Amino acid sequence: MPFETPDNPGTQLSSVAQTWTRMKHWLGSPSPYLNLLGLCGFVAVWYVTTEVFNLPLFNKLPGPKATFTEWLSADPLYGISFYTMEYYQHIGISTWRVFQAFMLATALGVPIGLFMGWKATFKDYTFPLLEVLRPIPMLAWVPLSILMWPGREASIIFLTFLGSFFATVLNTLLGVESIDEAYFRAAASLGASEKQIFYKVIVPGSLPFIFTGLQISMGYAWFSLVAGEMLAGEFGLGYLIWNSYTLVQYPVIIIAMITLGVIGSLSSLIIRLVGDKLMQWKVREVA
Amino acid sequence: MMKTTLTPGQRAGEMSMENVCKTYGADVLTKEVLKDCSFTLEKGRLTVLVGPSGCGKSTLINVLAGYEKPTSGRVSLDGEPVTGPGPDRLVVFQETALFPWMTTFENVSYGPRVRKELSGRELADTTMQLLKMVGLEDFAGKYPSQLSGGMQRRAELVRAMINHPKVMLMDEPFRGLDAMTRSLMQEYYVRLFEEHRGTNLFVTSELEEGIFLADRLVILTNHPCRVKKIMDVDLPRPREFSVMGSPEYLDIKREALELLHEEAMKSFAAGAVNAADFLEAYSKMGEEQARPKAGKDDGEGQRVTRTGSAYENH
Ligand SMILES: Nc1ncnc2c1ncn2[C@@H]1O[C@H](COP(=O)(O)OP(=O)(O)OP(=O)(O)O)[C@@H](O)[C@H]1O
Ligand SMILES: [Mg+2]
Repeated sequence: MPFETPDNPGTQLSSVAQTWTRMKHWLGSPSPYLNLLGLCGFVAVWYVTTEVFNLPLFNKLPGPKATFTEWLSADPLYGISFYTMEYYQHIGISTWRVFQAFMLATALGVPIGLFMGWKATFKDYTFPLLEVLRPIPMLAWVPLSILMWPGREASIIFLTFLGSFFATVLNTLLGVESIDEAYFRAAASLGASEKQIFYKVIVPGSLPFIFTGLQISMGYAWFSLVAGEMLAGEFGLGYLIWNSYTLVQYPVIIIAMITLGVIGSLSSLIIRLVGDKLMQWKVREVA
Repeated sequence: MMKTTLTPGQRAGEMSMENVCKTYGADVLTKEVLKDCSFTLEKGRLTVLVGPSGCGKSTLINVLAGYEKPTSGRVSLDGEPVTGPGPDRLVVFQETALFPWMTTFENVSYGPRVRKELSGRELADTTMQLLKMVGLEDFAGKYPSQLSGGMQRRAELVRAMINHPKVMLMDEPFRGLDAMTRSLMQEYYVRLFEEHRGTNLFVTSELEEGIFLADRLVILTNHPCRVKKIMDVDLPRPREFSVMGSPEYLDIKREALELLHEEAMKSFAAGAVNAADFLEAYSKMGEEQARPKAGKDDGEGQRVTRTGSAYENH
């Protein structure tokens, strides 16, 4: 902050206190209990269909009892549980791949999207290309990416990167285009230069769309990662799922799937928190 | 009211528009919005443009501000042709254009900051002084979404004023505010104007508001937009709402209403669907102004009050 502005002391709660108040409020509302009930309901249906009645469609699937016994076992039958190093290795490798690819996609995609929105000529050059490349399904890129890159690692990261890159570019571009013309006019009248308009109008004005885009692109990143790992991996959760299938270690498939779900949600949550932090102006606190 | 660094009359410019036409589109798909508009915004006076909704008022403002080029004609400020937007002519927009991602303080100080005219303490002091002037000093650190509609309008006013513009262009700035806030803002604005005597253009579709504020009243026509008549409003300043009961005010209002009524009749003669509604609304306005006139003799009892006259027609 370049300037000191007087705040109202007293009305400003510390962020810890705010989080705590919100937390208490949330626990006092019915929603956490409904959330829990929904999850339990799902596990119950899963249990009944697989382990109680063994219904035809579900009779090959591991039930919750088999899965959680394996998951919580200190000496798991198939070598994957909370107590094994290997489990965390797979998680670590997948997360690291997604992290690298996502960071790269963001570092390239956001500036390109902003620039496309800022300079009409640049958009004219690039937009058709984006619109042709974007709909190509990630799986179609697998052979090319294996041919292009020397190792498996690089090609998996490349696939993951592609998945999130296009979504990031497109959402950033939409973000710039969503900015009301009046803000550009006001800035121009007040004497802002092109560069100042870029940093003070285009960048902050497109942030809401950018962060929505980043959440979507994070989802695509995990999607592409699993596809890549299934086809070309030696480690990672996607590889683990496919490998367990071929080795008929079915409970491990479920363990890896649930793990993917949880990590995916967490990564999305982190993006949302970063976004909220950067866009304080969107959070309507009590004035 | 607090004295500020803006000394009265400082940098008041004269702006004029000569035979300005503005047409949108090309070839067969054209829409003629402005046709041969000519008027002058006199130095240090408040000119009010009144015209029906959709007649081209915002387009006029956009041309004056330099956001749009006129198809033909000349726009000039102190004799210099206007070629683009600039801090000598500032617009307060119809919809709020405070940057939502900046605090009130950052919004108001934006102009001098980007032009690097003021910095540090000096910028902070000037900004706070202006915020105090409009009663927003406690909201300097708040974002626009945390301000009420009236506060946003005041913040926007000072965001323009801090730049000492030669001309202030106000595009229906109080539209959408509730009746109470609106009359407060009118009073606020008229005081600011009377203190600083800058050149102001105020656009409105509400005649009563227009006459209350104006030194000069420009009445516009619809389809296309032309200047129908320019009237001088010689009501005493400082303006008080009680002026709205005075015979002079009512005379101006009656004359203006007749002109607007004529316009309404013209555009509905072509067989518009809502003609009946509009004519009814307009004739009500006629009755309204006839009443206090009839009661002029018995003095106070029939005085038109703010709430009694301005809002019932809407
Ligand atoms: N960029 C544009 N392209 C084509 N037509 C336009 C454009 N801008 C405005 N118009 C048309 O010009 C006419 C006048 O619009 P304008 O916004 O200036 O009216 P207004 O008097 O400000 O209306 P309001 O009371 O709604 O604010 C409208 O019919 C509108 O459709
Ligand atoms: Mg308008």
